[in-house]
Amino acid sequence: MDPIREKILKPSKETRQDILGKTLSYASIFLIVAVVLAIFLFVASKGIATFTENKASLVEFLTGTEWNPGANGPNGKPLVGALPMILGSFGVTFLAALFATPFAIGTALYMTELSSKRSQKFMQSVIELLVGIPSVVYGFIGLTVVVPFVRDHFGGSGYGILSGSFVLFVMVLPTITSMTVDSLRAVPKYYKSASLALGATEWQTIYRVLLRAAMPGIMTAIVFGMARAFGEALAVQMVIGNATLLPESLLSPASTLTSVLTMGIGNTVMGTVSNNALWSLALILLLMSLVFNLAVRFISRKGKM
Amino acid sequence: MEKEKIITSQNVHLYYGEKEALKGIDLDFPKNGIHALIGPSGCGKSTYLRCLNRMNDLIDNVKITGAIKLDDEDIYSPKMDTVELRKRVGMVFQQPNPFPFSIYENVVYGLRIAGVKDKNLLDERVETSLKQAAVWDDVKDDLHKSALALSGGQQQRVCIARVLAVKPEVILLDEPTSALDPVSSNKVEEMLLTLKNEYTCIIVTHNMQQASRISDTTSFFLNGNLIETGPTKQIFVNPTKKETDDYLSGRFG
Repeated sequence: MDPIREKILKPSKETRQDILGKTLSYASIFLIVAVVLAIFLFVASKGIATFTENKASLVEFLTGTEWNPGANGPNGKPLVGALPMILGSFGVTFLAALFATPFAIGTALYMTELSSKRSQKFMQSVIELLVGIPSVVYGFIGLTVVVPFVRDHFGGSGYGILSGSFVLFVMVLPTITSMTVDSLRAVPKYYKSASLALGATEWQTIYRVLLRAAMPGIMTAIVFGMARAFGEALAVQMVIGNATLLPESLLSPASTLTSVLTMGIGNTVMGTVSNNALWSLALILLLMSLVFNLAVRFISRKGKM
Repeated sequence: MEKEKIITSQNVHLYYGEKEALKGIDLDFPKNGIHALIGPSGCGKSTYLRCLNRMNDLIDNVKITGAIKLDDEDIYSPKMDTVELRKRVGMVFQQPNPFPFSIYENVVYGLRIAGVKDKNLLDERVETSLKQAAVWDDVKDDLHKSALALSGGQQQRVCIARVLAVKPEVILLDEPTSALDPVSSNKVEEMLLTLKNEYTCIIVTHNMQQASRISDTTSFFLNGNLIETGPTKQIFVNPTKKETDDYLSGRFG
């Protein structure tokens, strides 16, 4: 055969590299999708078993207040009222986001608009440091500083949703701040010049133009922060008091989905009601992180206009 | 007859760090009319324009010396309030830059920040400004739609309406039509001609035809120097300096 013809018909080295690269990336994505699916299926099958095998009622699970999966209630069904934990989780999450958001926006505005390049870099590394601190350290500080502080200044034992929110506040602050910084940086510079050229002050420009233009990004940041707070286990467990009771106030001991999980999963036997009930809690956590994810997608799509 | 001067500048030097971008500009603008600043890229004409409403203040490391006066007030005196100055000296940028709000909110922005709350006044200003900017017929039914949905030419005219709503005395235009197609550019030019009896328009342009078509006076900048200024007709037909003649006939630049 003609050597040129032969050469053209054979895949070149570059083409083979291309195919190899594609195969590798498809293989990785397949692996990751498979792992996520497997986790989801595993948790779901375990979590549903509480209701299918152990005949607990779903309504009671979501609205009941008595959590004692080992024992049966008067109706002969296991006592799996998870409302205290669900409320505890949402309570600490929303409070932490509520405390952290104003500080995060303030810090982000300082970093993007007001500070010099040098203090910007300094703040950046402070925030990165905050992200990197292990959660057990946060929990330990919470236990030795926040809990006594709350006890002395607000009353109660110091263990409770308020202390949990304070600890989570510090933990989600860097997440919300750095994402808010990103979304403020993404606002085109010409909005600022246009606003200033119309006679706006710097502050008017910030709150009428910059914050408005960055709003979808800031909302996304808050949701991400909430997702992190919702899923945080160790630090919260150390300060919340771990009483599976409906919290009477922000100061009474409470528990979250994650704290009950970390406390209980090692102490129950696989396949028992107590174990399955914990998997049901894990399923709620998983579904919530799905909800947070969808919320982020929804917000960022809406923000595009 | 000498016309009343609205802006006067004497010996304006501007330094970006060590680099001298303006090397002593003496230039006055009579009240009303259209005044064109021309010259090759990097000659300092846009830099000079931004001195007139102190937009250069936003850039780090800028030093400005000399005197620029608006109605005999030194705009670089410490007593001058830049917010007040920029209400009197509006600016239109090269790229249309409407805010990501509705058309209505874009036009009333300047009024809102000035604290105007009267709904009737806002409505009225929106209509007159958009009419002045020759974009009312395009957008009158869509005032509450996002300004970002408009075409580039419409956006630029909305931006001009946004400046007009504040009723400035001077309007600075930094190559306002260079990002627009010829039809839109034409509309902006026609609109400027209708504004020139009430406003002082100072326009930086790379388009020689545009300068000769619409401006009353023309100033030619080169390498940070003002080479020549005078009535547009004289500059284009009978320039006194060799550099001006060379630039206009395309022998360099």
